[in-house]
Amino acid sequence: MRPILLQGHERALTQVKFNKDGDLLFSVSKDHVICVWYSQNGERLGTYNGHLGAVWTVDSNPSSTILASGAADNTIRLWEIKTGKLLKTWELPTAIKRVEFSEDGLYLVATTEQRMGHLGTILVYPINPDVGGEQADEPSLKITLERSKATVVAWSYLNKYIIAGHEDGTISQYDSKTGDQLENIQLHERGPLIMDIQMAPDRTYFITASKDKTAKIVDVNSLNVIKTFTTDTPLNSAALTAKKDFVILGGGQEARDVTTTAARQGKFEARFYHKIFEDEIGRVRGHFGPLNTIAVHPAGVSYASGGEDGYVRLHHFDKSYFDFMYEVERTRAQH
Amino acid sequence: MMTADEYFDEDEEIDFSDLREQYEVKLEEGLDTFVVVDGLPKVPEDNKPKLVKFLVKKLQGVGKTKEDAVYMPMGDDGQSQGFAFVEYETAMQAAQAVKKLNGLALDKKHTLAVNKLTDIERYGREGRIDEKYTEPEQEPFQEQEHLRSWLGDPRGRDQFVLFRGDTVGVHYNNKKDAPEMAVERQFWTESFVRWSPFGTYLTSLHPQGVQLWGGASWKRMARFPHPAVNLVDFSPNEQFLVTWSNKPIVYQEGMPSLTPEEDGKTYIVWEVKTGKLLRSFPPMENPQEADKPPNMRKKIQWPLFKWTADDKYCARVTPGSQISVYELPSMVLLDKKSIKLEGVVDFEWSPYSPTEEESKRQSGEQLLCYWTPELGNQTARVSLMSIPSKEIIRTRNLFNVSDCKLHWQSDGAYLCVKVDRHSKRGKSTFTNLEFFRIKEKNIPNEFIEIQDTVINFAWEPKGDRFVLITAGEIPPPNAAGVTAMPKTAVHFYAPEKVKSGPAGPFRLIRTMDKKNSNAIFWSPKGRFCIVATINSQQSNELEFWDFDFDGEKRESEKDLAANLQLVGTVEHYGVTDVEWDPSGRYVVSSSSMWKHTMENGYHMWDFKGVSLREDHIERFKQFTWRPRPPTLLSKDQQKQIRKNLREYSRQFDEEDLIMESEASATIIEARRRLLEEWRAWRSRVERDLADEREDAGLPPYGVEDDKDLEDAAVIEEIVEEVVEEKEEEIS
Repeated sequence: MRPILLQGHERALTQVKFNKDGDLLFSVSKDHVICVWYSQNGERLGTYNGHLGAVWTVDSNPSSTILASGAADNTIRLWEIKTGKLLKTWELPTAIKRVEFSEDGLYLVATTEQRMGHLGTILVYPINPDVGGEQADEPSLKITLERSKATVVAWSYLNKYIIAGHEDGTISQYDSKTGDQLENIQLHERGPLIMDIQMAPDRTYFITASKDKTAKIVDVNSLNVIKTFTTDTPLNSAALTAKKDFVILGGGQEARDVTTTAARQGKFEARFYHKIFEDEIGRVRGHFGPLNTIAVHPAGVSYASGGEDGYVRLHHFDKSYFDFMYEVERTRAQH
Repeated sequence: MMTADEYFDEDEEIDFSDLREQYEVKLEEGLDTFVVVDGLPKVPEDNKPKLVKFLVKKLQGVGKTKEDAVYMPMGDDGQSQGFAFVEYETAMQAAQAVKKLNGLALDKKHTLAVNKLTDIERYGREGRIDEKYTEPEQEPFQEQEHLRSWLGDPRGRDQFVLFRGDTVGVHYNNKKDAPEMAVERQFWTESFVRWSPFGTYLTSLHPQGVQLWGGASWKRMARFPHPAVNLVDFSPNEQFLVTWSNKPIVYQEGMPSLTPEEDGKTYIVWEVKTGKLLRSFPPMENPQEADKPPNMRKKIQWPLFKWTADDKYCARVTPGSQISVYELPSMVLLDKKSIKLEGVVDFEWSPYSPTEEESKRQSGEQLLCYWTPELGNQTARVSLMSIPSKEIIRTRNLFNVSDCKLHWQSDGAYLCVKVDRHSKRGKSTFTNLEFFRIKEKNIPNEFIEIQDTVINFAWEPKGDRFVLITAGEIPPPNAAGVTAMPKTAVHFYAPEKVKSGPAGPFRLIRTMDKKNSNAIFWSPKGRFCIVATINSQQSNELEFWDFDFDGEKRESEKDLAANLQLVGTVEHYGVTDVEWDPSGRYVVSSSSMWKHTMENGYHMWDFKGVSLREDHIERFKQFTWRPRPPTLLSKDQQKQIRKNLREYSRQFDEEDLIMESEASATIIEARRRLLEEWRAWRSRVERDLADEREDAGLPPYGVEDDKDLEDAAVIEEIVEEVVEEKEEEIS
């Protein structure tokens, strides 16, 4: 598996994301720029310029017309994917850590930092799918987080719930219509924050990644933990692979601790685990800083990882990857 | 004005209890110096001064007293009553008198009974002790747990102890599979754990002392109360135990097992089975070190007491002056005095223990080797002394010696003295190896001269081959001003092949230079040897060497009793310790958080360096194999087993195969179950999702995608690229 090295950013990557069709890959980093790449060959299509701070998060709508981004300059921006035109800017009191379009592309959820006297919030904006149309100025829903700020948010299927991962290791389930908190469970250890939540394609379950070195698969309705993956390093990102029952976990020694330890101790590898058996299957090396973000192609044919080292590595899976099967899976598949 | 009382009231908060305790006046204290001497002859008034004089003479053997201090009451009949009260100068002396003089026979008829006056008060009062003697009830015999139960493991597995975080656990080695836990306890020890030499007991250290654990239930077997104990050492047959604390004992009433005599002592020798304190010793200041500032002094000598292989004697050296040999179990000096040896630096006992027959014939002589440096006109000297006769049976004079290290071969057949020598001007140093062949007539000597400094040397256990590591000169500092460690070279030696009789002279087999290696670990059964680089930042290499490789032999080495071959090289990042299991089949390299906190854990290899298991454990501290007691099989029985090894190995292979297939069957079963559970959950969720979508008036999930695809036009683009054009003439 030969990776394609995408050298377009000057600082640490914060998120990489494929569009729904999987032909485009978006990447954002602390260098204020959003890049878009052809996922097939790693060629850069262009950039979206305008943010004045580290860009924390990016997402494209299902029809791949509108791009949303959130940054440390306290703005959420909507862009036209095709032209790079800025469509809308929402000014907020604090930085935005995560944005995500709903399944139908009609809503955008965002989470804001808790800072300078402002509590963390979760905001939902209605989105006009027409690129040329007007966008609403105010959110349709605002959830203020009194207890612990949300680091990541995601939509469930049918826009039923908003799932939020908190700084204190808990996971919350909110009613997306009323904003009521329906459930809050201590999913990960207290203290280390939840770094990532990624939904399964049909949004019925999701995977979390935590600094407590574990990743968990959780049912979106009951919040029951279905699977737990235990590693030996703090995790920043976890992704589910389509087509194969794997998960990809990424992380590594915290950037600030790297200089105090030996290089080989960093564990800057993407780890593949079997989603059902929870066994580690393999690792992919390459980054020389912690992996901050991982995304898998919606068709499961490739994956991209973004590291603290400023590079995106795009990997297309080989035949052997698709052929790999546990004996029990093979016998099962034959029946 | 404030009165004193008010003043103190203000300070009420302060806790004076410690001071009060220290300065409390004990009312009974005065009586502690009195002893009651009973069992004296009854004499008339006239003979009393004579008896008192005689008694005082006896009593002064242990402490200071005088005739005035003896009060011998007279009866109504004008005769003394056979007892006397005696006052000593100190309570300590009184205690000594009770200990030493009680039961002393004066003549055939009279035996002294000496007791503390306070004890007489305590026990002698009316009703305290029954007048009538009742026979103590014999405790019914209770079957104790078998101390070597772990050897009865049906698969003959070895155990090891694993110390991580605050948890100590004993586990069975399962080779490639996760070890099987036998016992695990939190906070089992305060500092570290240690096995006794035969593996019978697990030793734990606590602020109050040392505890031994064992048996199938891992219950406490013994306690040795030594406050603030730091180190512990066993005699080779685990009959005796030495404990050491850097803090001298401060004796307080009520300390278990300790007496006022132990006040100020730092070393204690115990008997393991009875838990009895045999003798305690004050801190040993090395006179040569005493005048140096504390941070310049050498660390303490440990083990201070060195034991003979049969636990009969132990000895310690007072550097510069003497070696003290103690007889066990009395712990009294051999012939009541230390052996004066001017300048003596160090000594080692021969690890050979005479068999029963031999000890009858030669009255159990044991060998001890010591060395003395150059003193005035006298050269440096290595000597072999026989104990208990103290006869010197062999000496060798040496010149220009800076240091010596004594290395006995494990059977005591050879002694290698590593002599670090300096040139006449004292500029360069080099090493001589002086060999003594103990088992041969007149103890012949041979030597090997080595140009560099030898930093490590190790004999093959029960064998006659050895490995040594030399260090070159320290390289000049690099551009950054950092001095690198000098490169080392590893040298392998074996005796020349001879048809019969004793082994031939030692010859170099091979030298591997430009290495970083610094440690040698022989397999306990010999033949295999690991040369490693441990505690190093530069390298973490472990090399597995076979001395009897089953393959072609180099022509140049055909005369040597070895066929050396490197069979494996592995790396273990951050390795700090290497330990072979007692059978010599497995070896564990570990990385302990006591040395550094990077990638702690252990790695198990087979004797060829094939990786079996790797376990990264956070806050990992210690891994130690449980030793095995010596085999009970006779030489012939062992030979028989070796002869039928093929047969046994077939059986073991079969067992392994069965185990493996069983294990994989359970794994497959578990996986199948997981897969079924997952699929069941998924189909339930998918059904629910479909229902909810239907309720919302949406097509089932994934359908719209297909519709999209139907609408989408597939555009095929054919790109042609000319790679190369070439014209060729075909004739």
